Amino acid sequence: MNENNILEIKDLSVIYKTDLETVKAVNGINIAIKKKSTFGLVGETGAGKTTTARSIIRLLPSVGHVTSGTIEFEDRNLLELPEAEMRLFRGDKIAMVFQDPMTSLNPVMSVGDQIAETIKIHNPELDKAEVGRRVEATLAMVGILPSRKVEYPHQFSGGMKQRVIIAMALACEPQLLIADEPTTALDVTIQAQVLMMIKDLRDRLGTSMLMITHDLGIVAKICDDVGIMYAGEIVEAGTVQDIFEGKNHHPYTEGLFGSIPNLKSKAKRLNAIPGLMPDPTDLPEGCVFAERCKYAMELCHKVHPSVATSGTHQLCCHLFNADGSRKEKNHE
Amino acid sequence: MSQNVTAANPAAMERVKFKKQSQAKEIWRRFRKNRGSMVGLIMLTIIVLALVFANLITSYDAATAQNLRIKLDPPSAEHWFGTDSYGRDLFARVLYGGRTSLSIAVLATLSSCVVGCALGAIAGYFGGKVDNIIMRGLDIFMSVPDILFTMAVVFALGASMVNLLIALTLAYFTNYVRLVRSQILSLSDLEYVEAARAGGAGSARIIMSHIFPNAMGVIIVNTTLNVAKIILYESTLSFLGLGMPPPQPEWGLILSEAREYMRSAPHMLLFPALAIVLTACSVNLIGDGLRDAMDPHLKS
Repeated sequence: MNENNILEIKDLSVIYKTDLETVKAVNGINIAIKKKSTFGLVGETGAGKTTTARSIIRLLPSVGHVTSGTIEFEDRNLLELPEAEMRLFRGDKIAMVFQDPMTSLNPVMSVGDQIAETIKIHNPELDKAEVGRRVEATLAMVGILPSRKVEYPHQFSGGMKQRVIIAMALACEPQLLIADEPTTALDVTIQAQVLMMIKDLRDRLGTSMLMITHDLGIVAKICDDVGIMYAGEIVEAGTVQDIFEGKNHHPYTEGLFGSIPNLKSKAKRLNAIPGLMPDPTDLPEGCVFAERCKYAMELCHKVHPSVATSGTHQLCCHLFNADGSRKEKNHE
Repeated sequence: MSQNVTAANPAAMERVKFKKQSQAKEIWRRFRKNRGSMVGLIMLTIIVLALVFANLITSYDAATAQNLRIKLDPPSAEHWFGTDSYGRDLFARVLYGGRTSLSIAVLATLSSCVVGCALGAIAGYFGGKVDNIIMRGLDIFMSVPDILFTMAVVFALGASMVNLLIALTLAYFTNYVRLVRSQILSLSDLEYVEAARAGGAGSARIIMSHIFPNAMGVIIVNTTLNVAKIILYESTLSFLGLGMPPPQPEWGLILSEAREYMRSAPHMLLFPALAIVLTACSVNLIGDGLRDAMDPHLKS
């Protein structure tokens, strides 16, 4: 494991297996999150972003199975830790913020008690007064009056609830924070507030972060590295500069950027990528994006592309040579 | 923007005091609005107070001392409920009988609740084989008629208060297993349970602090309604001679003694029956009110 990295995911594959079908949710992905940096995982619904996050914290639903790969954190493979040891990591070293603040808080427990719970689990030696002080400090950190710790979730608005959830996740000052679309359920103005707060706290506490989102604007604002995920694969990865300013892109990334509305262009409709993601129970033999790709060649439907690397930028597409340069257009 | 978010004026923070609006207060506020339930609550309070302070009202001796010269007397100033076939004061018998009846009912309800909840929680949370073993065992229990089952238990162990409790517990815990299991199945998929798990909470903590408190409403309502059922069932058992051994007074027992004198001394039947009906009725009213007050969908 590279010592600049806090987390390394290698060749991770996850399936959801039921009596009826096997869904290939994640297929051999590699991710490295550098210390004190933020990795943005971008992709549409069903691309396997959340599955990846849940594999890290080992909270896959009972039908989910990791079929290959390693997830290394502090020189240990999280996938092989016994459950009792994994529990000590959760909340203390790796914390997670869930998507929907409306349902992520227990309605019959005061918010202070809920934050205190995580603190107490990981610091059983603290006395009541000290736990109370920490709860208040954590609430103040996310901009909520400490005196509101006795209130119940239904007395908070959506944005405030998400702050409480972030406070819960940061209560033990974890090394890695996994944020699974933390602002999707909030309205736009609150989104910006919460996002800036996350960014602020991340910088202050020196937390590394895995930011899961489908919003490229969020990526541009807070991420250092980006992975574009499609049908359980990372089709393009690199630094924010590589993705936002680089010249060569995976056709899917091009499509994503093309679908962002532009105030200057006179188009009447938004550019969408035609078609749907392939059925994860029956993935194509070749490139997973070939069906929707306007550059698709015969080769694309037959052979799975290998990774092309140029510096920090990685692409998984037949249009590029192994060194990341664009191939001559000989197929036309 | 981050300045606004994190650095609010601490002095201003202190000035605003927030009131703790507890769940219990909310429920009481809604419960109070329900007239029927309040009548039930007042009735039950009076009954329970009378039973608890029975020795201040009349002595226990009056309930057991026989005086054949005044047997089967109708109600009078001296004997408010009249006397029974042995000349015992019926008022004292109903009063002290209520102590036995009600305490058995409450204890049996509690023990069946504890046993049932524990089994239901285990079955629901761990699932798989454990769930299968518990639920199939339960199916066997439920396939035997209650009355047959309790009779068998009492016959096998002998009639006493403890054995009666065991019989009633075995007859009633099955409800709770199913109820709690289904609650846990639906609650453990919720995101806040996931979030607690992501915070490092273990199974025991998740069940005790996240799932049970949320299932509590349903359990409390079911328990209240069960008290009424058990009062009636216990009276039935005593009526059949399977309850408390005489001469200790008990509502069902008093009723069964009154059976022979139904025509000549109807008061013997009337008063214990009235006591059973009033108690069961008030408990039911309270249960209904609790159900409405605790149902989040009916919040107004």
